[in-house]
Amino acid sequence: MSDAVNLQRSSREPREPDEPAGVLPIGSAGERSGGWWGCLTLVLTEGALFGYLIFSYLYLASQNAQHWPPEGLPKLTLGVVNTVILLTSSVFVWLCERCVRRRRVRWAVASMATGVVLGIVFMGIQLAEWHDHPYGLTTHLYGSLYFTITGFHMAHVAVGIVVLLLLLIWTALGYFDERRCAALKIGGLYWHFVDIVWLFIFSTLYLTPYLFQEWSWPRT
Amino acid sequence: MSDHADAPSSGASSSSAAEAETAAAAAHAPRLARRPRRGRVPPGSADEKRLREIWETPPGWRGWLSSVDHKTIGLRYLVTAFVFLLMGGVEALIMRVQLARPNATVLTPEQYNQLFTMHGVTMIFLYALPVLSGFSNYLWPLVLGSRDMAFPRLNALSYWIFLFAGIFLYASFPTGQAPDAGWFNYAPLSGLEYSTGPNIDVYALGMVLLGISTTVGSMNFVVTLLRMRAPGMSLDRVPVLVWGTLTASAGNLLAVPSVSLAFFLLWMDRRIGTHFFDVLNGGRPLLWQHLFWIFAHPWVYAVVLPAMGIVSDALPVFCRRPLVGYGPVALATVATMAIGFVVWIHHMFATGIPALALSFFGAASMVIAIPSAVATFAWIATIWTGRPVFRVPFLFFAGFVFLFVVGGVSGVLTAAVPFDWQLTDTYFIVAHLHYVLLGINVFPVIGGIYFWFPKFTGKMMSERLGKLGFWVMFAGFNIGFFPMHIAGLLGMPRRIYTYPADMGWDTVNLVTSLGSFLFAFGILIFIVDLAVSLKRGKPAGNNPWDAPSLEWAVSSPPPPYNFAVVPTLASRHPLWEGRIEEPGNAGNVRSQIDEGYLLAEGREALGTTALEANPDVILKMPGDSCAPFFLALFAALFFAALALAAWPFAGAMLAGCAVSIIVWLWPERELIQREPVAVHDAGG
Repeated sequence: MSDAVNLQRSSREPREPDEPAGVLPIGSAGERSGGWWGCLTLVLTEGALFGYLIFSYLYLASQNAQHWPPEGLPKLTLGVVNTVILLTSSVFVWLCERCVRRRRVRWAVASMATGVVLGIVFMGIQLAEWHDHPYGLTTHLYGSLYFTITGFHMAHVAVGIVVLLLLLIWTALGYFDERRCAALKIGGLYWHFVDIVWLFIFSTLYLTPYLFQEWSWPRT
Repeated sequence: MSDHADAPSSGASSSSAAEAETAAAAAHAPRLARRPRRGRVPPGSADEKRLREIWETPPGWRGWLSSVDHKTIGLRYLVTAFVFLLMGGVEALIMRVQLARPNATVLTPEQYNQLFTMHGVTMIFLYALPVLSGFSNYLWPLVLGSRDMAFPRLNALSYWIFLFAGIFLYASFPTGQAPDAGWFNYAPLSGLEYSTGPNIDVYALGMVLLGISTTVGSMNFVVTLLRMRAPGMSLDRVPVLVWGTLTASAGNLLAVPSVSLAFFLLWMDRRIGTHFFDVLNGGRPLLWQHLFWIFAHPWVYAVVLPAMGIVSDALPVFCRRPLVGYGPVALATVATMAIGFVVWIHHMFATGIPALALSFFGAASMVIAIPSAVATFAWIATIWTGRPVFRVPFLFFAGFVFLFVVGGVSGVLTAAVPFDWQLTDTYFIVAHLHYVLLGINVFPVIGGIYFWFPKFTGKMMSERLGKLGFWVMFAGFNIGFFPMHIAGLLGMPRRIYTYPADMGWDTVNLVTSLGSFLFAFGILIFIVDLAVSLKRGKPAGNNPWDAPSLEWAVSSPPPPYNFAVVPTLASRHPLWEGRIEEPGNAGNVRSQIDEGYLLAEGREALGTTALEANPDVILKMPGDSCAPFFLALFAALFFAALALAAWPFAGAMLAGCAVSIIVWLWPERELIQREPVAVHDAGG
């Protein structure tokens, strides 16, 4: 690796078919932009944050001698539907960038708007679910964990929706095409992260109680 | 790097009327790709003057608030962290006055609790890492051959939040309500039941705020390393300081969320009424210890690895040879951090954890001695096989090696579980952590300041005062801290505000107190030297130590643009080429510093590929901006509002943060984050 290189020759691979040798893109160019790399580090550290939240949940649940969750096993139907809604929104956010690359600005705007609406629907359903629980943040340990973990995620969804709205405005203003759309790529990465993290939270909060049912709520 | 889906040239396949119009307009707009010209920019030429104008921060308060120059920010970090070091030092001296004699009444127990807590918080969080960030901020772009960090505005944000978090953590100090449950702040002692005042809330919220600063700073370092190295600086050619800071930053990205979460949960327990650490309702105080130490042990390595990097880079200069074992030392740096993530339980040996866990974490804690030993033997071998020049920085670095061995050995001792059970929470641990933290952090830092002061200011520091200061510090340090080992073995617990006369602890404590004042006197000599040299130090020239790395190729102090042209690297020691045998450099290819890519169409820097550092993109760098300052201010006020439970104000400040971020991130034409002209729909 430390062998002397021919310094005059750029050996970057693979070269774009229509990119002449030695010509470099200028500015915020997709995955070569600083922002893309910065967002990857953000995903890393935020991923760690949710990892520690899940660790706290599992640690406290494993140390608990009472029924867990105290009010009975979580209901799955609404949660599964909501998960599907959130994942679908990611598809539309991805589609928006594809449309921008083909210069279909109107389709791109429509696609991003659909993504935003699905995100808002997810939040609405989640809020309804919060409302239906007989316990609150301060009722007991499980309530503290449940509302803190889903609350952290909701805050990320809220930020994500603001990000998507800005991307929607910028797309509609005609800022982006196939050569300059790093913001869409970076904002999209954040939204996909928020969605994937939900899968881990959903598995932890909704599915693990079934997995460990024998200890918490044995079938009679 | 495989799919660059966005080609820099425009897709010419579809040709509607709208696009023809767009293309015509785009002819006048900035280009989206170009072949950078190579050339020279002689000092004093018109080109050089233009570069200076592009990169220089305008004078006045506005320039002062908005500067994003990494050199300015680096120096601010260094100075601020040093002020915190002095504050923490004064706190320590007051405590040593109290502990010098038995049954002393200089301090009340409450005051003592606040002092030892703030001493720990200040030294560990507000001095130890920020001072290293100062070095790295100043030096990274210079040693990597770049014009700035990857995210200059994020760099400014990181500093401002650090400053505000420091002020925040001290906000309740004047009213006598400073944090008082120790720097590791164990629940339930830090819970509402035992501490009703604002003390712990200030600590909890201040730490979350500081965590933001650490996190964005770490992101910046990681991306800078991956993207901003000069062409030819492959990963095996970066200085060890860069390895150290990179490892520390990656560790921080993974570890800081743990402590931020812990403090946030604690604050929620105290002020919202949740039950995470609340024993009566099924909560577990041990969760606090887990979350805290999962963070705090990697943090210990974060505050020493960059300092060890300083030594690995600067010590060889005074041994007149390259570092022995560059590869093993770089790998040992990374290995130390990796193992550092699985040793946190050794802080919790006495908490009744199952024996299997104790064995595993005890073993891991001993294994971590291996990479540390690799580095130590590399330094010793460098001195041994070199021709040492006994200048002031050499003394500090050699002193560091000695202190590191003492602190390291007492660390391996306490990795043994039965031994730790005897000594945990005694002064033996206090001795160990001070040998480690002062030995590995303060000594290399002061040595590093002697080493790079000429680069920072263009002036040399005094050899005579420097040598005097070193010996006073070295003697004071050992007289002060070595007896603490003995106090610990005699059973003196840490964190007691006084002790009875018949315990046999009188002499060791008196000696410790005398040593601590001697050490402080050494620091005073260093400050005098700083002040005197700043005024009338001898002019330094570009490379007063005849050092090999890139920062010494530019003038002292460096120009605002760092390098007039992008340098190209052909070896690990660009300024020693032709004088030493460079392994792996078979051909006679030389590094080029005076000739290279001319990037001067506005603020530009070269982005390179992550592993081999081949040219990849011409980056448009942002200019000075007030957005970081305002974002930091709003963030600090948001946390202040939380501490005061002023919810509407907190909401307003959060909105202020959001607006600052949106203004900051709005796609700019100048940075070519958007198309020069509005894009129209290509569909019918």
